[in-house]
Amino acid sequence: MASAPPSFQQLILTLHDYWSARGCLILQPYDMEMGAGTFHPATTLRALGPDPWNAAFVQPCRRPTDGRYGENPNRLQHYYQYQVVLKPSPPDLQELYLGSLEAIGIDFSAHDIRFVEDDWESPTLGAWGLGWEVWCDGMEVTQFTYFQQMGGFDCRPVAGELTYGLERLAMYIQARDNVYDLAFNDAGVTYGDVFLENEREMSTWNFELADTGRLFDLFRKAEAECRACLDAGLPIPAYEQAIKASHVFNLLNARGVVSVAERQAYIGRVRDLAKGACQSWMEKHGWAA
Amino acid sequence: MGGVSGATQAPRERDGARADFLLELRSEEIPARMQARARADLAALFAAELAKAGLEAGEIETFATPRRLALIARDLPLETAALAEEIKGPRTTAPAQAIEGFLRKTGLAREQLIERDGAWFARIERPGRRAADVLAEAIPAIIRAFPWPKSMRWGAASVSTESLRWVRPLQGIVAMLGEEVVPVEIAGVRSGAVTAGHRFHHPGPVTLGGARDYVEALRAARVVVDPEERARLIREGAAKAAAEAGLVLAGDEGLVAENAGLTEWPVALLGGFDPAFLDVPREVIQLTMRTNQKYFSCNDRSGDLAPAFVCIANIEATDGGAAIVEGNRKVLAARLADARFFWEQDLKVRLEEQAKKLSGIVFHEKLGTVADKVERVAKLARWLVEQGIVKPLPSRGGVGTGPVAAADGAPHIPHPPTPSPEGEGEAGRLADLAEHAARLAKADLVTGLVGEFPELQGIIGGHLARAQGEPAEVADAIRDHYKPVGHGDDVPTAPVTVAVSLADKLDTLTCFFGIDEKPTGSRDPFALRRAALGINSLTFRSDLRLSQISVLKEAVAQAPIFGPDSDSFTTFELIYGHGFSDGESRSDAELEDRRRIEQLADQVVAFIIDRLKVQQREAGVRHDLIDAVFALGEEDDLVRLLARVKALQAFVETKEGADLLAGYKRAANILKKEGWPPAAPAPQGGEGKEGRGGEGAAPSYPPEPEEAALIAALDAAEPRASAAVAAEDFAGAMSALATLRAPVDAFFDNVTVNDPDPAKREARLDLLLRIRDAVHRVADFSKIEG
Repeated sequence: MASAPPSFQQLILTLHDYWSARGCLILQPYDMEMGAGTFHPATTLRALGPDPWNAAFVQPCRRPTDGRYGENPNRLQHYYQYQVVLKPSPPDLQELYLGSLEAIGIDFSAHDIRFVEDDWESPTLGAWGLGWEVWCDGMEVTQFTYFQQMGGFDCRPVAGELTYGLERLAMYIQARDNVYDLAFNDAGVTYGDVFLENEREMSTWNFELADTGRLFDLFRKAEAECRACLDAGLPIPAYEQAIKASHVFNLLNARGVVSVAERQAYIGRVRDLAKGACQSWMEKHGWAA
Repeated sequence: MGGVSGATQAPRERDGARADFLLELRSEEIPARMQARARADLAALFAAELAKAGLEAGEIETFATPRRLALIARDLPLETAALAEEIKGPRTTAPAQAIEGFLRKTGLAREQLIERDGAWFARIERPGRRAADVLAEAIPAIIRAFPWPKSMRWGAASVSTESLRWVRPLQGIVAMLGEEVVPVEIAGVRSGAVTAGHRFHHPGPVTLGGARDYVEALRAARVVVDPEERARLIREGAAKAAAEAGLVLAGDEGLVAENAGLTEWPVALLGGFDPAFLDVPREVIQLTMRTNQKYFSCNDRSGDLAPAFVCIANIEATDGGAAIVEGNRKVLAARLADARFFWEQDLKVRLEEQAKKLSGIVFHEKLGTVADKVERVAKLARWLVEQGIVKPLPSRGGVGTGPVAAADGAPHIPHPPTPSPEGEGEAGRLADLAEHAARLAKADLVTGLVGEFPELQGIIGGHLARAQGEPAEVADAIRDHYKPVGHGDDVPTAPVTVAVSLADKLDTLTCFFGIDEKPTGSRDPFALRRAALGINSLTFRSDLRLSQISVLKEAVAQAPIFGPDSDSFTTFELIYGHGFSDGESRSDAELEDRRRIEQLADQVVAFIIDRLKVQQREAGVRHDLIDAVFALGEEDDLVRLLARVKALQAFVETKEGADLLAGYKRAANILKKEGWPPAAPAPQGGEGKEGRGGEGAAPSYPPEPEEAALIAALDAAEPRASAAVAAEDFAGAMSALATLRAPVDAFFDNVTVNDPDPAKREARLDLLLRIRDAVHRVADFSKIEG
């Protein structure tokens, strides 16, 4: 590994450079709360249809139940994924990916990289794919997936998706045991300086304060809004409302007010919205068979 | 297998030139769990393709690594044999159309047909084909037909859903017969003689000479292609790494195989973790290491878990593995820190407190919450002890060891259970402990650790109970009450555990049968077959004497199956204020509900007996004999039932038994044919059909000698058989029946049943009825096959 490991922001810049040089659009994060980079329309919607699509972007992810009030060195309710989508999946996707690891300073002669089976499925997106979790010295640093279906539609052609866990990767490269100790830049600002208070307050809100009555109401409103957009033949705003409903559901889950029995029903409702948006997107482009 | 190298073996002399064939299908990483099956499938598909073409190879070897699936077929003939066959056609005198049809079928001309014995014969010659051509067709067929459990599409071609599917993207094909490449192209991949070595040690191409150097050429490129060899390297390397640190590796063949499927060049490395983590239950540490990280665990010399792990890397690192070990240590530390956090949180909350939260977890939408289930199981566990079904262990003079010492050293039962009415005595204490354990058994479901590691349910509860000062029997019962889980699992014998485990399974079975959720075919979402097998195993292991029917009625009476809708969980007890076995029925509604309960209990018992048949099949116990005893309707004590079945099996497998069975069947057939006993109007004077040919009823005419002998034999055998059955002396019951064999045979040989004298006919038919009834005192022989 290089003498001075890259800071958190340098890691992102290096990946941007790397994927930009390989023909990817460098997009910005989507401005809505979502549980994973896969929800970004640049992944979900663009994975559908025959048109080539190559894009890379950082996406902040919200996982309310993973909040630990800033007290756990590894778990956060808000963290960053680096997402690369390549459609159709290039024949040398594994080599391209390994090249990106080399670019951020991982030395393959001293580290153990492994592709370990991990089939991906998103019940809320009606999507699945095959691939691996990529291990570096036993740590999962990337999800590597060949999408087979999205929104219930076969992917024609198949897109390859790489999802890097940026904090994990940075902790690994910078040899830190605690995420809050990560060097955010090279001038002494840590990840904790930026996000520790955020984690404390958001955990409190997620687990203790968020008004469940209003959240249930929000869910219903997002659902209704999504339906209205679908009726109007507007897949993109419909999809945004599906994302919103999904996040509200995650918040309700963190508040512990969704019973096991209801859980499946809520997931089904979100899936119907997401599938509806994908259906509408396919129809609008004339791709729905 | 493995280590095969050197020149092609000498072809067999009998026929022409032969060569070894090599096929390698290289792809992106194949899941470890699929590799063994894939090798078998490749060999089978290849053999089938060869057979179709009339080719026969010598030995077939298969190889698999994460990145390749390969096959070597030795001594493949370079040409298929020329085939000559003769097909017989129509007779020479047949009409012209028949002959023309034959010519069309065979593709020959009239003058090519051969005449022999007044018929036309066609002689068809099929020249031999080049094996290379056969293989060029076979390889794509094998690839297209390959039965991967999950497969995928990829790349630009996947714009069509008809594009090739493979387990992961197919990257290369090596197909070589001898030293020649067999040209094949599928999905844009062309065969050649070039493969890839280890991803990092040897990233460049590896050119192969053919099957002869496949194993060694790849070994030189840091790939061990034989999975058994990698398994051996892992097994030995891991044991050595542990031994060098003075530790003993916890062997784990599943983990060996999995790591062999994740590596091409396995290197075992030893790492350690902070001993402070050893406070966490060892099962949690082992599970984290095994399932999340694929690490082996190590024990110290006294058998305690050591703060160490062995991981298997896929590379010989330039720093000797220091960075790899450090990275792995960090990952493990993060996981263990999380586990310890949950463990410490869970320790702070008493299991009784946790158990209260079970009312918030739905067990099944029609069956209420887990708290409702716990309440039922607790009652039933106590009842099983109070009925004397589960007893204190006689040998240990009690229910087990005393309460464990709490942290302060004083024996301590935190919340002493309310003493039962018969408070004193071991049975009373056992009943209290069983109820108490049942109330805590599911409490760990709401703990943080079980949330993280659901497969440790029970085990975590056991640890928490112990740490919180519960009596050892209670902690053991919480830990083990899910057992036995499937075949070969330990069957608990500690009385408290048996009571809770049995009650839990009985409750599960009756409740799901009560809402008509029975297993069908391969669908058994609530694992009811496993529950029934568990009931059987617990019963036999501890020699529990119970009437399944009456126990099940008790269980059903507490089951929430009387609710008019899914929101109300009414039970028999709640409606009528008393259990099934106590109290008089006061209303028609109660009688009707009792009838429903009895029906349900019958169904569940039949299901348990069904599982008993499956379970006993391996032990060689005949299922028809289980039916024959169970069909009597009086035997639902499984221990007695099985003893009776075994005695019956020993008997019917003797000549005497087989002869008696034949005599019985003959009697039964005649009775059936003659419609005997006649369908009478309502029986009068309390004399049913049983009374017709009853003991001591002497015929009204002078009987034939064989008839008299049979009557005497029955008079003697009937009470003997009944007494023996009552005394559970089933061998004695069988030998009583055996005395009937000779008189029955003699009777059939010498006496006419259908005598013209109606009095004789009726008396003799009644005698046959007596034979049947006498035999039925032991088993319903009509259920016996053969």
